[in-house]
Amino acid sequence: MISLRVNGVSRQFNGDPRMPLLWYLRDELGLTGSKFGCGSGLCGACTVHLDGGAVRGCITSVEMAANKNVTTIEGLDANGNHPVQRAWRAHNVPQCGYCQAGQIMQAASLLNQNPDPSDKEIVDGMAGNICRCGTYQRIFAAVRSAATEV
Amino acid sequence: MATIQNISRRDFLKTTGTAGALVIGANFVPGGLVKEAQAQAVASPNLFVSIAGDGVVTITCSRAEMGQGARTGIPMILADELEADWDRCTLWQAPGDETKYDPAGKDGQNTDGSRSTRHHLDVMRQLGGAARKTLELAAARKWGVSSGDVYARHHRVYNSRTGKSFDYGELVDVAAGIKLPEGDIPFKDKSQWKYIGKDMPGVDNFDITTGGANFGADISIPGMKIAVIERSPVFRGKVKSYDASAALKVPGVEKVVQIPHLPDDKPQEFRAMGGIAVIGTNTWSVMEGRKKLKIKWDSGPNRVHSSRTYDNKLRKSAKKGGVVVRNRGNFDRAIKGASKVVEADYFVPYFIHTPMEPPAAIVDANARPVKVWACTQSPNETRQYVSEALGLKKTDIECWQTLLGGGFGRKSKPDYVCEAAILSKMVGAPVRVQWTREDDIQQGYYHTASAHTMKAGLDSSGKVVAWKHSGSWPSILALWNPAQKTGFGIEYGLGMVDAPYNSVPNIRIENGEADAHIRVGWYRSVNNIQHSFAQNCFAYELAAAAGRDPLEMLLEMIGDADNMDLAKDGVKEYWNYGDPVEDWPVMPVRLSNALRTVAKKAGYGKKLPKGHGLGLAVHRSFHSYVATAVHVVVHDDGTFSIPQVDTAIDCGRYVNPEGVLKQVEGAAIYGNTIARYGKITTNRGAVQQSNFHDYPVSRISNSPLNVRVHIVEDFVHLRPCGVGEPGVPPYTPALINAIYEATGKRIHTLPIGDKV
Ligand code: FES
Ligand code: FES
Repeated sequence: MISLRVNGVSRQFNGDPRMPLLWYLRDELGLTGSKFGCGSGLCGACTVHLDGGAVRGCITSVEMAANKNVTTIEGLDANGNHPVQRAWRAHNVPQCGYCQAGQIMQAASLLNQNPDPSDKEIVDGMAGNICRCGTYQRIFAAVRSAATEV
Repeated sequence: MATIQNISRRDFLKTTGTAGALVIGANFVPGGLVKEAQAQAVASPNLFVSIAGDGVVTITCSRAEMGQGARTGIPMILADELEADWDRCTLWQAPGDETKYDPAGKDGQNTDGSRSTRHHLDVMRQLGGAARKTLELAAARKWGVSSGDVYARHHRVYNSRTGKSFDYGELVDVAAGIKLPEGDIPFKDKSQWKYIGKDMPGVDNFDITTGGANFGADISIPGMKIAVIERSPVFRGKVKSYDASAALKVPGVEKVVQIPHLPDDKPQEFRAMGGIAVIGTNTWSVMEGRKKLKIKWDSGPNRVHSSRTYDNKLRKSAKKGGVVVRNRGNFDRAIKGASKVVEADYFVPYFIHTPMEPPAAIVDANARPVKVWACTQSPNETRQYVSEALGLKKTDIECWQTLLGGGFGRKSKPDYVCEAAILSKMVGAPVRVQWTREDDIQQGYYHTASAHTMKAGLDSSGKVVAWKHSGSWPSILALWNPAQKTGFGIEYGLGMVDAPYNSVPNIRIENGEADAHIRVGWYRSVNNIQHSFAQNCFAYELAAAAGRDPLEMLLEMIGDADNMDLAKDGVKEYWNYGDPVEDWPVMPVRLSNALRTVAKKAGYGKKLPKGHGLGLAVHRSFHSYVATAVHVVVHDDGTFSIPQVDTAIDCGRYVNPEGVLKQVEGAAIYGNTIARYGKITTNRGAVQQSNFHDYPVSRISNSPLNVRVHIVEDFVHLRPCGVGEPGVPPYTPALINAIYEATGKRIHTLPIGDKV
């Protein structure tokens, strides 16, 4: 039995402790905001926060989240108004949107650790997240402007 | 998680003759949970508009949203003509039913080919105008005045004599009983447009940024099982035998079944490929179970397909040439008389779409009608192939589209939906089929590999007097006819026979033969990619051979004619993206204009520091005229970066400028993947790449982050053209020409990689 908190709610998990967090969130809890893009830590679509830091949900087991706080896109802000979310809408970032939950979670964690990143730090910090629609220039601009707010 | 339930939309359908109909699963695309349709609609002037008593207007969207902006742009047109307040409009995503939801009657709701705007501008205006007129007549009836005394403005109808007004919501009861008189309703004057031509943010932005937007795999229905499938590594290979005992021991795995392979005489088209399906209660379990399958495959005849040898066959075939698809003047005679002859070969490998969302589909094959939820670009072809897979009629299948996490052409081919249908029938429960990234890369419909031999002659003044292009590639048509050896009209029409060098007096374009050993399918921009690459790079080589400036050379070759008549050059049935050439002619003048525009915007001709280069390319596709200038910096170690990209797009009339910008910005990144990395290879028939580590795509760290888009306004009075795809083809040749300017190095084979 594994205990963890997901978006502030205590959860008990009885299944295979090796199950990746991504599938626990999606299939067991119905939190489908985190996406499956590669299953191998290569694209960032599944990014969630573990005790505030970004991790890839597809290669982080439920066991690794034991007794920790998991935050997903659904729990980032009660009203969807985290500065990063607002910046994303202000810059009209999304195209298809599939990568964006992961991008936003990555950016929120980046700014949490480094509230005033340089251009290079933004690029390095976001380089693990793929967007096939090619919204990178707007992502860059949105992170830059969110940085002035967090 | 979205749970689908029956909801009543009888009011919405009241005036359509299907009163009381039960419709399943509306409104699940935006906002998380499926809800009862919130608006109690009481007036539905047509299938695309319903207005509730509180004034909320629900607009039907019958185009797929895959990031290209259709759910924003197409409803904007209707809302504009309706004089609606955008903030009081909601969307309802229509299911697949071309008898109702294909108002243009042009593509059966297949969202593909960059055609949503160009085929729907007029008809969405008509639908919005009809609804506006209905409300105006309702107000006139309420006031007892003539229709000439009322007018609609921003969600209200005004009495021009008294200045009094009604909100749209106050008119629905009367409007429900209004029958519009026969005859066309005049469109609003362009000067009155409130949304068309103005920036509009994406309608799904809030849901997307909060995790509430629903994509293919986000739909769950009660009792649903989840499946992954192991398919033959070689196209049309068959299962000889398999052992599922270890897979069945994985907790959560419930069943392992075989999807039969297609009979040998059935072409692949969009049918399920066959394989071994692992079915269970959660995605991870079935993926783990699949790893434990032991399958013996009979690879079949396509095991001969190895890139090592196959690519050379394509090259030889291109050299040899074949069927002549365009012939102007006399190339052979002109080349003999030329003072200089230049020849070059180009090669583009296979690549694969990799939409961020791998394919997924949910089917309940045991309900009637059969229920389908899928991230599909083409709900009606989905219904067609699913009905065939289940031995039912198309009308027995209901198909609801989710948002698509990227499509790029992959999701107009519903093989993955057929798989879910077959499995659902086999196991007697609803089934969600989940594709993994490995499946997506190894079992796709590949952008064709192609070889191109180019030859041209220059006269003593450095003018191009003869141009020949001979290309070979396995054809998309092989999906329907496996014995197909040449291309066909659609592929020729993708920037090959319509090569824009209208001032060149002698042109010959040929197509050599090639066998198809893999599923070849269309991919964002399709064959335009390789045609634009070979043509624009070769034009640069000609300029160098002539000692001339490439911009001047390109402009001279293209010329400024306002029409290029391909019929005169022996082109039979020029495809023209399925549209009449009278309505969308090939206009060299617009290409030249886009090229001049981009050259100016990018500061072409300025002296650049060492290691820098500015390269140009220009291409017409999907009726749009696009010119790109890439500024590259090649570093000492051979790596390169791209500080700026300028693209000028002439897409005629456009609806949402912000949408155009985003598509063209994204096209540069899509092109950047093609240029740097796009390469799928096969060995003994099997694809050798499997995930983003060996099939890399552009990341923020190697993408241009300063893509400047210039919408060309000079021909904005002409019909709308495509936007989703046309930005891609000029990017790669512009980058390669820039690298040439920076280093003097010519690149003839894609991809470039990270170093030159
Ligand atoms: S799905 Fe986890 S990194 Fe791609
Ligand atoms: S918005 Fe489509 S993948 Fe990023």
